[in-house]
Amino acid sequence: MRSTWFRPAHRRTAAAALVSALALTALAACGTSSSDTGSKGSGGGSSDPTAPLDPKTKVTLTMDCMPPAAKAAELRQWKEDIKTFNQKYPNVTINGKSTTGQCEEPTRFTAALKGKSQPDVFYTYFTDLQQVLDNDGAADISAYVTDKTVPALPSIDPNVLNVLKKDGKLYGLPTSNYTMGLLINRKLFQQAGLDPNKPPTTWAEVRTAAKAIAKLGNGISGYGEYSATNQGGWHFTATMYGLGGDIVSPDGKKAAFNNDLGKQVVSNLKAMRWDDDSMGKTQLLKWGDLQKQISTDKLGMFLAAPDDITYMVQQLGAKYENFGMGPIPGGKATLFGGNDYMIKKGLSPDQIKAAIAWLSFKTLTPGKGQFDWARSKGDQLPVGLPQPNFWTGATKATDLTSRTDNATMPVENFRPFLDNPIVGKAEPVKAQEIYKVLDNVMSGVLTNKNADAGKLLSTAETQVNQILANQ
Amino acid sequence: MSAPTLSTSSTPSKPDGPGREVPAYARREAFTSALRRNISAHGFLIGAVLCFSFFSWYPMVREFLLAFQKTEAGKTSWVGLRNLKYVANDPAFWQAWRNTLLFTGLALLLGFVVPFFVAIILNEFRHGQGYLRLLVYLPVMLPPVASVLLFKYFYDPGYGLFNGILHFLHLPEQQWLQSTSTAMLSVVIASTWMNMGGATLIYLAALQGIPGELYEAAELDGAGLFSKIWHITIPQTRLILSLLLLMQIIATMQVFAEPFLLTGGAGPEGSTTTVVYLIYQYAFNFNNYGGAAALGLVLLVLLAGFSAVYVRLSRDSED
Repeated sequence: MRSTWFRPAHRRTAAAALVSALALTALAACGTSSSDTGSKGSGGGSSDPTAPLDPKTKVTLTMDCMPPAAKAAELRQWKEDIKTFNQKYPNVTINGKSTTGQCEEPTRFTAALKGKSQPDVFYTYFTDLQQVLDNDGAADISAYVTDKTVPALPSIDPNVLNVLKKDGKLYGLPTSNYTMGLLINRKLFQQAGLDPNKPPTTWAEVRTAAKAIAKLGNGISGYGEYSATNQGGWHFTATMYGLGGDIVSPDGKKAAFNNDLGKQVVSNLKAMRWDDDSMGKTQLLKWGDLQKQISTDKLGMFLAAPDDITYMVQQLGAKYENFGMGPIPGGKATLFGGNDYMIKKGLSPDQIKAAIAWLSFKTLTPGKGQFDWARSKGDQLPVGLPQPNFWTGATKATDLTSRTDNATMPVENFRPFLDNPIVGKAEPVKAQEIYKVLDNVMSGVLTNKNADAGKLLSTAETQVNQILANQ
Repeated sequence: MSAPTLSTSSTPSKPDGPGREVPAYARREAFTSALRRNISAHGFLIGAVLCFSFFSWYPMVREFLLAFQKTEAGKTSWVGLRNLKYVANDPAFWQAWRNTLLFTGLALLLGFVVPFFVAIILNEFRHGQGYLRLLVYLPVMLPPVASVLLFKYFYDPGYGLFNGILHFLHLPEQQWLQSTSTAMLSVVIASTWMNMGGATLIYLAALQGIPGELYEAAELDGAGLFSKIWHITIPQTRLILSLLLLMQIIATMQVFAEPFLLTGGAGPEGSTTTVVYLIYQYAFNFNNYGGAAALGLVLLVLLAGFSAVYVRLSRDSED
């Protein structure tokens, strides 16, 4: 007997139902879901924000920036740390989320923020605070962060914590920081007869050294600079800071770079690019290009932060001993930045406490978590770079000693950078929009032999003033 | 088993005139019956409609609303035309429009004319046309990023192939992407190479549709090559040329990938900043979604207006 289900009419119905179900399933799968599933905390903890988390409270958190499987040693450390953390807080479940590339990819991050789909504890750059607040994305954790909940709090550089504050309220905890300096290729320095232990500290010295390195020929450039994707403007800013200049006036209302210092930056680059021919012919470079050049011994120097070296070694196959760092030329101030974790707005007080307890353990305890240098050495991870370094006083000294004792690279190469700490200065307001304009100054001088420094700067000044007035 | 058919007595038809109303129950029955008959089709349709609603139409409506809104501290407020004013006051706004129009102009000059002549040449080949068609279409099959990387190497002022050739011929080397005067043209050349295969094949199909007798007659009258192109080929392919022109204008006004990948977006002194690149910057560099939406709206209105005028003009010319 034939089943009635095989009658044509029913077959059509079944087909339609199946198609609709599939369509709906596909739609559901395509949609983004917020991370609040399974992230609820069950009460039981103290309602006092300053009181540490009750170990018996049951909390689940999604946590950004878990190392991906490709970073096997880091992932193992992460899991170990969770196990140790759970000995004290057995009821806190941390669900790590990992990404294959950088922990924060700005376009993806912005989209997540808009869609409120960032993890409960999410990773940001120092420069993201305003964006996060505009999107109402982070909880105010001022009341939760105390000496009791974060024992190392008094040792954190107040300048670093200030970056994570707005109107006196704290919105994040730092995991790393950087200041910019001059990254050098020691091999090329030696080949050019220069002393790699004494990187140039003034722009006149940079120019001389760049000329000597470029003379090696074989497509080698002495000095490299960005001039695309807003990174030209970013480096123009860093160079201005090094010379004691600024980008905007202290009240943030006017451009402040069309002056003698600005002209000095532009004229110096112009001389190196066109008179000395020490910067190579290919310009419009962006982040990643210079790292590739210096890693393949085709570039002598460029402005960078120490974490560029980690990228170059881990991703591009370079060797630590080939590089060194000196302070930013000029040495008056240096651009600083870093990374931090923020806690998603709307989480329960217990979840916030659990997040802070975990962050305090994993990223803010000297000798533990990310600062367990002995363990990192055992795992053959990079130890010995000058940064992250947001500690002050005795904690800083202890951390540096431990870092040097367990170094997996020649720390002496970074001695000129470490011994000459330069005061860090934050990026200007409307940074990216201003960088876009300043990219034109950089690309102008690096691609046009007849570029007029005064004209480039005054055009950029008019445009930046327009941006600042257009807020 | 046959599908139920509609009762002819209850079906309204023209000769019956307005006097004969169809009863509501009959209409309902007709509707449900039609629905039942085409239930699989409707199932498929629902999926498509839902997908389009979520992923095409909703974002368009949202984009339109966003253009008049501002989000600050998580609160969305209506700001009227302030976003439009904001983007119009951006120093890069007019430069982006100038560059986009320059790209469109150059792309039409090269991207419209070159494939047409390539198609004419291809059409003349009696043997091996299939291979030649494949060769012309090959660049379209390459991923755009791969093509761009290839051209980045060709254009490199230090080690590039183009300068290598110029050097070999003792000609002065060029700055290609590195000079304000040649950057946009270089982008257009790369873009034309990457995209001309599709247009060429369409032209070729149109050319092969032209009756050979027309050319024979023209030859008997002593027409030369250009005379034949002007008096036969162009008029005969006018419709397809018009369509491709419209499509090219719409596509080239939205150029993004080529300048973004070849020159980092802005190019030397902003000479390759296009409107869509500026939209990208607003959205993902400045986190100004209102500004991005407003600029997108300006582009949409311009393209829609242009398309409407064009369609009207082409209809008039056919009458």
